[in-house]
Amino acid sequence: MLNPFRGFNAVFYKEALHVRRDFATLFFSLIIPLLQMFLLGFAIDTNIRQINTVVYNADGRRESRELLDRLRNSDTFHVVRFVEKDHDLTDAIVSGKCRVGIKIPVDYSDKLLHGMSAQVLVLIDGSDSSVAGQAINVTTSIGLDESLRRVLANSDAPFPVDMRPKILFNPDSRSPNFFLPGLTAVLLLNVTTFLTAFSIVREKERGTLEQLFVTPVRPMGLLLGKLLPYLMIGFFELCMILTFMRFVFSVPIHGSVLLLAFLSLPYIFVSLSLGMLISSKANSQAEAMQLAFLTILPSIFFSGYIFPRETMPKFFFILSYFVPATYFIDITRGIILRGATLTHLWVDALALFTIGSLLLVVAARRFHNKVIMA
Amino acid sequence: MNDASQLAIGAQNLVRRFGQFTAVNDVSFRVQKGEIFGFLGPNGSGKTTVIKMLTGLLPLSGGDASVMGIDVRKDAESVRENIGYMSQNFSLYSDLTVKENLTFYGRIYGLGEERLRKRMDEIVQLNGLGPYLNRLSAQLSGGWKQRLALGCAMLHEPKLIFLDEPTAGIDPVARRQLWDLLFELSAHGITFFVTTHYMDEAERCSHVAYIYFGKLIADGTPDSLRELPEVRPEGTYRVEITAPEVTRALRIARTLPGIRSATIFGQSIHALIDDDLDLEQLRELLLKQSIVVAEIRPLAPSLEDVFVELTYRHQAQAEAQRA
Repeated sequence: MLNPFRGFNAVFYKEALHVRRDFATLFFSLIIPLLQMFLLGFAIDTNIRQINTVVYNADGRRESRELLDRLRNSDTFHVVRFVEKDHDLTDAIVSGKCRVGIKIPVDYSDKLLHGMSAQVLVLIDGSDSSVAGQAINVTTSIGLDESLRRVLANSDAPFPVDMRPKILFNPDSRSPNFFLPGLTAVLLLNVTTFLTAFSIVREKERGTLEQLFVTPVRPMGLLLGKLLPYLMIGFFELCMILTFMRFVFSVPIHGSVLLLAFLSLPYIFVSLSLGMLISSKANSQAEAMQLAFLTILPSIFFSGYIFPRETMPKFFFILSYFVPATYFIDITRGIILRGATLTHLWVDALALFTIGSLLLVVAARRFHNKVIMA
Repeated sequence: MNDASQLAIGAQNLVRRFGQFTAVNDVSFRVQKGEIFGFLGPNGSGKTTVIKMLTGLLPLSGGDASVMGIDVRKDAESVRENIGYMSQNFSLYSDLTVKENLTFYGRIYGLGEERLRKRMDEIVQLNGLGPYLNRLSAQLSGGWKQRLALGCAMLHEPKLIFLDEPTAGIDPVARRQLWDLLFELSAHGITFFVTTHYMDEAERCSHVAYIYFGKLIADGTPDSLRELPEVRPEGTYRVEITAPEVTRALRIARTLPGIRSATIFGQSIHALIDDDLDLEQLRELLLKQSIVVAEIRPLAPSLEDVFVELTYRHQAQAEAQRA
């Protein structure tokens, strides 16, 4: 009689039946993440290579051709056309056919041979900041390198400073290694939040929720019975994503999968709570859909999933601390890429547990006030 | 006063406020066991709020309520254990089969496998759902959905069942069949608390109450309500006048001396007439206004007449108080 979970079994079993009947929803909630994975894993490469480049070589002698070869060999530039006029150079960029224009002046070789400073004009299309940044970096470093070689050409002295960058954890700078661990966090949130919100709002729409409140089901039994199936789906989804990540996209997992699974629990609770919050507000599935998008956008844009948090303006940087995905992305990248353990990640874990339990309490209270007592 | 053990519902001065708004204002009534209690009132007058209070979903802002001898304030859970509830939209899971719906509600009420099977057989026998057990409830027609919903609400053998507009949107035959079923169950001692908009359904209830914007303005058997002095003032009687051009007839009837009030009912007029005006005189009066009456006869007030009359009086009182 005083069992606070009364009705749990009945609700859990019924919810499982819903999931089985509504195979389409389940299918899409599992397939769409996979599609996203394939998109991000195969199609998107953040490494910038082979930028379309237009060249106006007014000089044309050996020195200028050597410089062009060096630019080409950097793998950053792909020379697609040569022009003979300044006007054509800018035009190629304005029309969008090329992103970089290089003009070697007519006196380039002469100046070099006379020991004077020779100028090379590099026009860069700034409409894509990451392409522009890469173009600036590569051209300046080639310029610097070229200058040094010429200055030091007559002496046997070695380069005074020799920088040797070594990239840890993702030595080939593979995009999947960067994207997929973050994607895990985003997808897990999306799917569980959507499913939870929908499963409750659907009962609201049908009026069955009202009916359930008039039975001896206890609120805890009802909520757990409804949420647990989706927690299980969320967990299954996590395993599925990790498996694909490891074996299809060959992203090595350096840390403990068990730890990752354990730390995903508070995160799944976060998304279940978000789903509950949404369902306490929304009265139709369409409304729930819109609200769910509202919660999902910050976790895509402010969590560091795509854009590094460090470069965000102060306001958004602070905002990102309130986005649960921020912490879980730290955790997934930490464990998967860097082999981090709980001693490295305990702050993130603590934050996630705190946010998770706070949200759960808020959601449960709101649910009680807005849905049960409505 | 009847013995307390014969009382299915005892509502004492129920009050429910939502902020500044008083949705239920000092409502008291008693429902005896075995009654079919019809709870009527316009939309938004507080019917569902009263049900929610009696089933323990909404805390009372004031007053007391006992349901099947249990104090709602103290033990809402035991109340829910002892009642069945069917909401207006038949609250079924459309993607589950008939059998799965029944099983779910059976488990919710904690029926063991054995008892669940036995009850399911009994209910299927009663409402004839047998051939549809494995059909998705989405594929049932309105009438069958309603029978299934009722079945779900009575699996745990409650002695009191709340039906919130059980016949909204179903066909007349199914409506009739439901009422036959209610009478049959009522004969077995089950009490029903039914809200409805249909006056013919109200006439079938053994006990009727009418709530108007939070205030209970009528409470009694249909016959006793018809005899209320407010409905049948001293020195008046009711007639039904059938005439062609019924709207023109009404306009004129309202201007005639000796006719206190008149309203249209289908193709005829219901009018409240002074005793000293007899039927022949009335016929003459109308004829003078060139209205040829086809038929004119005395009439017992319908429950609709009763509620219309009481509502007017209530409004007049409320306005007088405001002034």
